Amino acid sequence: MKKTENKAKSKAPEHFNLIIIGAGPSGLSAAVRAAEHEMSYVLLEAELAPASTVRSYLRGKFVMAEPRGLPLRSPLPFTASLREKVLETWENAIEAHHLNIRYGAKVVDIKRLDIGLEITLAEGAKLTADHVVLAIGVQGNLRKLEIPGGDLPQIQYQLDDPQAYQDETIVVIGGGDSAVENALALTGRNQIIILNRAEDFSNCKESNINQLMDARKRGALDWLLETRPKLIETNSKGEFPITVFASTPNGVERIPCHRVIARLGALPARPQLEAFGVAFPTPDPAALPSLSSEYESSVPGLYIIGALAGYPLIKQGINQGYEVIEYILGNPVEPADTALLREKFASFCSDRGVDDVLQKIKKSVPLLAMLNTLQLRELVLESNILQPAAGDIIFARNDYSSTFFFIVEGELDVLIDADEKPDATLKAGQFFGEMALVSGRRRPGTVVARTPCVLIETPRRTMQKLINSVPSMRRVLNEVAIKSAVQICIGLSLSEEDLNDLAQHAVLKSYAAGEELFHEGDEADGLYLIQSGSVTVSHMLGGREVVLFYVAAGHYVGEMSLVSGDPRYATVRAAVATDAVMIDAARMRDIIARSPEIRSELDARYLKHLQDQEKRQQVESTLQAGGVTAESATPSSLISFLIQQGVGEATDVLLIDESLCVRCNHCEDACAETHGGATRLDRDTGPIYANIRVPTSCRHCEHPHCMKDCPPDAIHRAPHGEVYIDDSCIGCGNCQQNCPYDVIQMAVIQDQPERSLWQMLLGIQPKVTPKADGAKVAVKCDMCKDIPEGPVCVRACPVGAALRVNPEALLSYAGGTASEIVLQDNVAHKD
Amino acid sequence: MQHNNMFNYKNYRYFKWAVLVILVAFAAYLWFEPAVGHYGGSWLGYGLGTISAMMVFWMAWYGVRKRRYRSSGSTQGWLSAHIYLGTALTVLVTLHTGFRFGLNIHTFAYAMLLIVVVSGFFGNYAYMIYPRLMTENMGEDSLDGLLLRIAETDKLARQIALVMPDEINFTVDRACRETYIGTRLLEQLRGYQEDCPTEKAVKKLTVMGNELAPEQRKLYRELYSIMVRRQTLVKRVRQELMYRARLGIWLYFHVPFAIALITAMLVHIIAVFLYW
Repeated sequence: MKKTENKAKSKAPEHFNLIIIGAGPSGLSAAVRAAEHEMSYVLLEAELAPASTVRSYLRGKFVMAEPRGLPLRSPLPFTASLREKVLETWENAIEAHHLNIRYGAKVVDIKRLDIGLEITLAEGAKLTADHVVLAIGVQGNLRKLEIPGGDLPQIQYQLDDPQAYQDETIVVIGGGDSAVENALALTGRNQIIILNRAEDFSNCKESNINQLMDARKRGALDWLLETRPKLIETNSKGEFPITVFASTPNGVERIPCHRVIARLGALPARPQLEAFGVAFPTPDPAALPSLSSEYESSVPGLYIIGALAGYPLIKQGINQGYEVIEYILGNPVEPADTALLREKFASFCSDRGVDDVLQKIKKSVPLLAMLNTLQLRELVLESNILQPAAGDIIFARNDYSSTFFFIVEGELDVLIDADEKPDATLKAGQFFGEMALVSGRRRPGTVVARTPCVLIETPRRTMQKLINSVPSMRRVLNEVAIKSAVQICIGLSLSEEDLNDLAQHAVLKSYAAGEELFHEGDEADGLYLIQSGSVTVSHMLGGREVVLFYVAAGHYVGEMSLVSGDPRYATVRAAVATDAVMIDAARMRDIIARSPEIRSELDARYLKHLQDQEKRQQVESTLQAGGVTAESATPSSLISFLIQQGVGEATDVLLIDESLCVRCNHCEDACAETHGGATRLDRDTGPIYANIRVPTSCRHCEHPHCMKDCPPDAIHRAPHGEVYIDDSCIGCGNCQQNCPYDVIQMAVIQDQPERSLWQMLLGIQPKVTPKADGAKVAVKCDMCKDIPEGPVCVRACPVGAALRVNPEALLSYAGGTASEIVLQDNVAHKD
Repeated sequence: MQHNNMFNYKNYRYFKWAVLVILVAFAAYLWFEPAVGHYGGSWLGYGLGTISAMMVFWMAWYGVRKRRYRSSGSTQGWLSAHIYLGTALTVLVTLHTGFRFGLNIHTFAYAMLLIVVVSGFFGNYAYMIYPRLMTENMGEDSLDGLLLRIAETDKLARQIALVMPDEINFTVDRACRETYIGTRLLEQLRGYQEDCPTEKAVKKLTVMGNELAPEQRKLYRELYSIMVRRQTLVKRVRQELMYRARLGIWLYFHVPFAIALITAMLVHIIAVFLYW
């Protein structure tokens, strides 16, 4: 130690052509590239090991390689894999290239000299360089607990291996994803208490929130909200080594525990960068530093790449590490995705450069002009360029597809009703398929190319990501969504002017499952168009709430009071999470007054509703007496039961009529035999009402919860609506956790042996030796989409107890005559 | 909730078929009077016999078909046909005999057929009656769940009984140790245990409470309600096992006798041709 100090004092600072700060993925990539060019360089890392951010992930976490379309161009290897595997490949790369790394070298200052830059390390040594690449990420400066006792050994700021702790009481401080993920990983074997200074966990990913709620319901953990730790003391005796004193809204709480894990996020990097002289474009604390297109900051020779430069994804950082070295050496490089884009554009404008084509797209599609270049490149990478000829069908009505289309060139016809006449025309610059973004149902119309076209077909997932990050795009799409909701619900008879007027004044409202849109007896506030989800209409009858109807997305409720002017006749409640467009009552009345067509349609519906309700009340009152056996279950009580079971958000449900089921288990056996030995339904569990069981089996939800967070994007929806998992499943278990109906399990898939005739006749199970190296993957019902005659569970049932139905048919089934009329009517509306 | 069961499948399609088969068989029987009189050896007898033999094999094939999950079509249709055509088969075979019976392999095969068909009728009856009763008895609970809950009541009851007078402790302990749940087939089919110790314990406890000190009464009442719960649970489990046994027992006749039938029928055919 002394020796180096002396050296530093006596000699001139060590000089390098290039100094790279931070041995994360970006820094390592830059160093490997520099090593390949045999530059004089050094890589400085504050910690004692490379890639501390990735290292701080939970053991066994799956590290993703997004954006998927982007090729990796750096010599530093990286593929989506487990944390350990990723770290191992990087350590191997460090060794293979003999990287010149100094660990424990924390940079405290960067100064500009007349020629080059000077770097000061925490231990006092100075280094100089012609170029400096700053790749320290945003996790470098972890926020620490600045309270008395915050430096005790029982307090840690990361969690490497949750398995290492058993039977401990652990306090987790923080309300972000990392705190929640740490807490969840520790549950089961330990007692966990989360201290969150906010009033909820709204900053977390939805899947984390759901798991948190579940864990608390199970009693696996608990939390205190609006709570801040004040003091941590060591205990001299007793079971618990430390006690946390925390101030809660109800006063100070003493929490004796074994360990504290504080995940308080990182300090913003801005003040530090400003101290180095780096300029920022705006005073916003979250702003990114001003950089040239070659990543050079306002300090000449100081380059910033990776998360610090605003590119939080590992692959982007690695590519920048490569690019920045080439820029420093004066070699021109085109961005990594250019070759891919060129391929995408191969059949379209192939004579022009990629940037040119992107410009042309931006110019011809106003919605895409809202994106910055990086976002547009990513969108095009994940999209398909389609060039349909005149007369080609892009998608047909009732298809289950969920992509979004931008029109770059050409014209298309939209056919909404059954006649062959086009109902609308789409022109270049417009877009279509937006209903798929919200409702998750079948396509409401057919789109046919009228002239040769150029289309960009973008997956729903990509669109949703963009909508969430580009507010102007969200605004435009919302307005369009309202317009299409109006068109689909009310019909096409509205003039363009009225439509625009309605759309401008309509309000988008979201409801949680069970929330009321309006209540019986309220004044009518407007007409509600159900955009996604579904609602139940119920009415108080003999002191009991009776569900009258079930209304699915694409229809409207609330027209009765608008027509009659009376208070609300029924209560409308969201059956599942529902989005609705509300049109103000006065505006609607105004339109009704002016448009005789809409008036007559609403009147007709009003009268029909009156009739249905009358019939329905008769049925209900005659059936009300008695318990709930199959015979005496009223249609409404069965509907309520099915809605409670989530049938409202289903597209296809398996039901078992327990009064027929002879418990032979052929449904499960058939499923297992045709699906790699793992049955995807559990006949024996699941709620029963009036002899109808809803077994534990996939309902193929409109908005599949399982699809929300699938790292390899292995869950898809087939054209007929089946939600299935493909072979790229990595077995992470996210979908299993996200499914509210517990219908996904982890299992080893293996081929089933053929049974001999004798075995089949006598029902003898053949012996199956379990696969030794079998990895567990997520399995769920795929509705036997690959078996020509459809679901084997239903076909294997000898007594006809197993049946599959879609909820609309089902609810009419359950509802008997009265609702059948309504539902048939609804179906008719749809078609 | 209305949908088709195995009887009214496709609007009684196979019932209609069965009726047609019977009618045709009768018509042929009445229409053609063979010179040798009605018996299996006449050309009409051979005809009916051949059709019947093929139908027997086809009936047996159902056992294979219902486990060939990859095959096409619905098993429900097969079962519906199996039931109706199997019933029609008795008529066909009876006409095949020409009402000539004796103590020989031929009549033995006929008897086997009747046993198989009658056991099948019992199966139909069981399939119609028991599923509904099973659901009423079990609700959403599973057998394992109930057994677990019985184990729980055991634990609780024994804990409380420890601080009770010896007599109560002994009764409870015995109830927990000696209550059996359907170990033998006959017991399962019957659905109850004679002198069930749990039942007896509840009866005894009803009386024993009177002799307790007031401070023990509260615990006693708790113990009593636990034992009553145990009694109900045990009863439900026994019922479930009874239903399961009754739902399945007929198959233990239906299938072995069907195999016996096929064997006897083959012997019958060989015998007929050997002793031409």
